[in-house]
Amino acid sequence: MFKNPFDYRNRLSRGCTCGQHSSQGEHEAALRAQSADLAKNTEATYENLVAETVMRQIFPVDAHRRAFLQKLGASTAAAALSSFFPLATATEVFAQAGSLEKKDLKVGFIPITCATPIIMAAPLGFYSKHGLNVEVNKAAGWAVIRDKTINKEYDAAHMLSPMPLAITMGVGATAIPYTMPAVENINGQAITLAMKHKDKRDPKQWKGFKLAVPFDYSMHNYLLRYYLAENGIDPDTDVQIRAVPPPEMVANLRADNIDGFLAPDPVNQRAVYDGVGFIHMLSKQIWDRHPCCGFAASQEFVKTYPNSYAALLKAIIDATAYATKPENRKEIAEAIAPANYLNQPVTVVEQVLTGTFADGLGNVVKAADRIDFDPFPYESFAIWILSQMKRWGQIKGDVDYQKIAKQVYLATDTTKFMKEVGLTPPASTTKTFSIMGKTFDPTKPDDYIASFAIKRT
Amino acid sequence: MSSNLTLRASVLSFVIFALFIAAWHIATRQTGSVAAMDPEYAKLMGLTATTGKSAMPGPFDVAAKIWEHLKNPFYDRGPNDKGLGIQLAFSIGRVMLGYCIAVCVAIPTGFVIGMSPLMSKALNPFIQVMKPISPLAWMPLALYTIKDSSISAIFVIFICSLWPMLINTAFGVAAVRKEWLNVARTLEVRPLRKAFTVILPAAAPTILTGMRISIGIAWLVIVAAEMLVGGTGIGYFVWNEWNNLSIVNVIISILVIGLVGMLLDQALARVARLVTYPD
Repeated sequence: MFKNPFDYRNRLSRGCTCGQHSSQGEHEAALRAQSADLAKNTEATYENLVAETVMRQIFPVDAHRRAFLQKLGASTAAAALSSFFPLATATEVFAQAGSLEKKDLKVGFIPITCATPIIMAAPLGFYSKHGLNVEVNKAAGWAVIRDKTINKEYDAAHMLSPMPLAITMGVGATAIPYTMPAVENINGQAITLAMKHKDKRDPKQWKGFKLAVPFDYSMHNYLLRYYLAENGIDPDTDVQIRAVPPPEMVANLRADNIDGFLAPDPVNQRAVYDGVGFIHMLSKQIWDRHPCCGFAASQEFVKTYPNSYAALLKAIIDATAYATKPENRKEIAEAIAPANYLNQPVTVVEQVLTGTFADGLGNVVKAADRIDFDPFPYESFAIWILSQMKRWGQIKGDVDYQKIAKQVYLATDTTKFMKEVGLTPPASTTKTFSIMGKTFDPTKPDDYIASFAIKRT
Repeated sequence: MSSNLTLRASVLSFVIFALFIAAWHIATRQTGSVAAMDPEYAKLMGLTATTGKSAMPGPFDVAAKIWEHLKNPFYDRGPNDKGLGIQLAFSIGRVMLGYCIAVCVAIPTGFVIGMSPLMSKALNPFIQVMKPISPLAWMPLALYTIKDSSISAIFVIFICSLWPMLINTAFGVAAVRKEWLNVARTLEVRPLRKAFTVILPAAAPTILTGMRISIGIAWLVIVAAEMLVGGTGIGYFVWNEWNNLSIVNVIISILVIGLVGMLLDQALARVARLVTYPD
């Protein structure tokens, strides 16, 4: 190992970082060979490891083990051992917990703060902590992110929480079984109006407005329609609601193409920052702790790569838990503001995440729960979304609410993985909640739809 | 006299440029009126809202930003943030690939159409219908069938640069002078040899004109296509900066797109000059 330092024939400084090889290239080649060997031998290694553990448990004193093996011979001993201990099964179980089927994953996102857990998991190292090498890719719009996930360019993606339901049912897309194992954020949206409507704070004055939402199948669309309808404005005939991708909303508001929007942040705050609009209300004032965006993957991905899926989901749940803590929010804002992710001024993102923000009318508002993060995909969320899809005529006929909700919103998986990363999941996968003072009972969605005055059924 | 003209033209160009910059500077210099603000509130607002700074950047802002890009054109800060040089390379690569495939398809097909009146009549309705379709209209269809966004972008380039080349080739081939073809016939030149030694040189200037129109269209379309699919390329860069409402970077992209488009066009113009012949 050590060479005589006084011998002139010995080169003391070796070419590589470990000192064993003459160049860095050779060092890396050796490392690669080693890891290839490792992968090949992983199964054998696990087998040995499991057998060794079992043997050590049976013979705590090493001398006894050797005497036993000497008398019987190694192969007979192994056979005798496996007759009462299923070595093969134990090995399999052990290997499954360890090996990821696919380490290099691509996850798509739209540059909005809803995607915070998915995005921040990259710069803050939550993916690598779970053994994954994830590339987060920015997509231009919801239709593109949908098509790229269906095409398998992305392994998983950030989607609006109604999208996996719509894709599974084949509404507005080809029917492909989709899953949403985690909600990313709750709250975090707002209604922003153009500055010229400063005095029209009552929605009853909004007749003839052109309003924008990010996508037809979005919480934004359903929340805006709900809010308008509760105020006696028919969202289909009294106003015009159009789908505009979030990044184009501020530009459109400035150009006077639209009067306002219910949009994800940082779009609302950006409109205020540039003096184009003001925040009329936060979405939490319509429904406190409503879900918005989710983390979605095809059922095929979940089934083909169960371990990679588990690791990915755990990384997201981990990141979500980190994002929940108010003291981490400033650090997160700085991590996700650069051009590689949201591409926004840090102060805009910070105002959204910390909840201390300018409202565009000259006030500094403090609302710590402006946006919050909770990964748990309650099945009742899915049922409410389906009820609104039906209410506004996006789906027709009878809907098996419970079945679709269970199939798409993988609450049981989330429960399991939340426990594994050391969080306490809620006891039930459904809950009741109230929206603008009206209670929603997830067991009677059809009665709920019937109770509205404005509907398209 | 001619050098005198060039000199006077360049002086005039420079004067127009200087006037334009001056007008731009003056137009964006003045600041709008602002209401007095609580300092705590002002800290949370952007410059447009606090100081009344024009949302449109002035020429000096743009120049400073261009210098910043020039200093470091090939940086790579992750999959969604790459230098202007890398983005341009991606776009040019896509355009070249789609364009070359289109050349390989359009010129042989154009020859067939141009040499055979039957094929020309038979294919004409298809070409007339396909030609006016906006290339971007193909995008959703391409994404759905090809199932790969970067190949879809190349396909869109292919389909949009195909038609001008095809039509020009067919026209050029059909318009070769009858006397030349008759001479070839008297000398009993075989069809393949006739195509390469008589028709190709005769039709080359028209074909090159078609190729020049096509490269222009291909470069126009790539920006829009990349804005639609995202990921990499100069179109994505424009979209990403629009997302940040960074008009400075959008203006720079416009300049760069214009420059590259001009270079591509000039390169083909050079080639065209090589094959022209005095009539």
